[in-house]
Amino acid sequence: MRLNKIILSFVSALVILFSTSVASFAKVVGDKIILGAAISLTGKYSSNGVHTQNGYNMAVDRINSMGGVKVGGKTYKFDIIYYDDESNPKRAAQLAERLISQDGVEFMLGPYSSGLTKAIAPVTEKYGVPMVEANGASRSLFTKGYKYLFAVLAPANLYLDVAIETAVELNGGKGVRIAQAFEQDAFSQDVRLGILDAAERTGSKIIIDDKLPKELNDMAATLVKVKQMKPDVLVVSGHTKGALTAIRQIAEMKVDVPMLAMTHCDAAKLSKQHGKNSQYALCASQWHKSLTYKDDFFKDGMTYAADFEKEFGYDPPYQSAESSAALLVFKDAFERANSFDQKKVRDALAATNMQTFYGNIKFAPGGQNVDKPMVLFQVMCDASGKCENKVVAPLKWASAKLIHPVPKWSER
Amino acid sequence: MDFLVFQYPMITVQACLDGILLGVLFALIAYGMALQWGVMNIINIAQGDLVILGGYIAYFMYLYGIHPAWGVIVAPVIMYFVGIAIYKLVINKVVDRDLFISILATFGISILFMQLMNFAFGADVVLANSGYGTTMLFDSNVVLPNSKIFSAFISILFAACLVIYMKKSKLGRAIRATAQNARAAKILGVDTEKVYAATFGINAALCGVAGALISITFTIHPYMGLPYTIRSFMIVIVAGLGNLPGVAMSGMGLGVFEEFADYILGTEFRIGSVFLLLVLILVYRRFKLSRKREYLK
Repeated sequence: MRLNKIILSFVSALVILFSTSVASFAKVVGDKIILGAAISLTGKYSSNGVHTQNGYNMAVDRINSMGGVKVGGKTYKFDIIYYDDESNPKRAAQLAERLISQDGVEFMLGPYSSGLTKAIAPVTEKYGVPMVEANGASRSLFTKGYKYLFAVLAPANLYLDVAIETAVELNGGKGVRIAQAFEQDAFSQDVRLGILDAAERTGSKIIIDDKLPKELNDMAATLVKVKQMKPDVLVVSGHTKGALTAIRQIAEMKVDVPMLAMTHCDAAKLSKQHGKNSQYALCASQWHKSLTYKDDFFKDGMTYAADFEKEFGYDPPYQSAESSAALLVFKDAFERANSFDQKKVRDALAATNMQTFYGNIKFAPGGQNVDKPMVLFQVMCDASGKCENKVVAPLKWASAKLIHPVPKWSER
Repeated sequence: MDFLVFQYPMITVQACLDGILLGVLFALIAYGMALQWGVMNIINIAQGDLVILGGYIAYFMYLYGIHPAWGVIVAPVIMYFVGIAIYKLVINKVVDRDLFISILATFGISILFMQLMNFAFGADVVLANSGYGTTMLFDSNVVLPNSKIFSAFISILFAACLVIYMKKSKLGRAIRATAQNARAAKILGVDTEKVYAATFGINAALCGVAGALISITFTIHPYMGLPYTIRSFMIVIVAGLGNLPGVAMSGMGLGVFEEFADYILGTEFRIGSVFLLLVLILVYRRFKLSRKREYLK
């Protein structure tokens, strides 16, 4: 018995010693501000996880090479500790704990996807660690009263309501008949709520309201209904697989619908996988390189896209752009707070009001960015079969005129 | 609940045709599973993952500018050797053990395959375009993508070839003899070890064909294998082992059932309804499954 007690106290002494020595690593080491991030480098979100990481890395390099962050008259550089959350929410929450309590990180960057952000937010909130996230758009993230969560992107319910409003406008202000199919995850369901709101606002009617499964690779049933009931707008949101499946089956089944609006076309590389079949699809996007927002670090969207391509070898999807923007927000907040005190940085973040190449950033009390509208682009192909995404709405940013209604398959 | 099926009668025709074309493809995968189950008494949880791997072979051919339809010839050849390799490395060590051990082993292979495919090919959803166009029926109220018709046709072709092969060839006879009574077959000079390896290889090859067809008709993704395993498992327990017409019928039945579940209950319950049906049938057929195991090494 006594021996047990001795061993126990010895072990606990070791644990305490170990944990205090680790904690002294803390957030700012020398001239480095260390941020923590759990990112999906493996598992089902790994492609978008990598886009996110590339966006973060690009911004870190750019800010560091352009003079770093100035706090209290001293210059600091950014550094990020990454862990792989394996696209698993439980793992993400554990890693957030580990980053904060073991690695001593005091400022966090968000993971990829709403689901994982939802898993991490309670942890950062518990420890009072400010987190700027760039890839969690679910509305439910911003209604929980989180004080330390800031999202540079527009919330999910705003993704496609521009499409409904445009359709109503083109219909002479009269309501339209909407068919919709959404996956049953947090994000897509929020997009759905946005459509329901927009439908109510504009007096539109929802005539098909399908839910898609997680293992989606066949949505013929929905499309047969669309063929029979002839809605004015078809809205699909089911991540990459939803976008790919919809385009393939719409083309194969020759479904004629005046407007097709979707999410995740960027990540699905629609025109690359489907060529001309993807033509006329409308896609909601947080960002497009042709937008004319500006900042000192990346200049504008076009320059960002060119630099990104040079470094990583592909055209940046919006997931990368918004991730880069998150670091610009952090830099700005640190400099305005002029301190590394978490509370002060948090207050500085809450007061953010700036323009980046990605868009204007200003946070609502819930933490979502309210100063940046979503854009809609349309896939447009020329005679040679080369396709491009052109911004068509909102009108202020449009680089091409919306083609509406979509030509019938028999006329293509 | 949605009763469009009754409001628009053409939907019923569409659902039946879609279901049958899809069911034939399921039946092909299930046939491989039935073969292997009957001969070695192994329930292969990795069946769906072999299908997806076959799909990636067709997809990569498509990426390199070869028409993905050639995948139905290339994929089974490659997958046959993958199957043999899996047998030599893992299955022959568990084939004489408890059924539970073999399920665990193939479950492990399934996880390994998923992760390897995710690692090697990435987590993107991909597809191969056949450019086959569409067949319109009944004043274009019923549409059938030619890729679906093509895949049903190829499935039937491969199943028919296999049936003939099993009947006529020496190896086919040896496989059937081993399935009936492994001990007797061995006494009569059948190399059962070789038969087992070949059976596993043939199963993997069938999965390869099915995978290539799926990449042409639908989409593939490293984690999409499980629904195919469940479907083929279900088809086999409905049809029973060694009952080929039964496999074909229950495959088409399942296809049609899924389509109607999709229209009536909603797409979100499509896979769910398959699982539910599986539970019901398992309860009903529990005696069939408690069949005595027999194996000789």
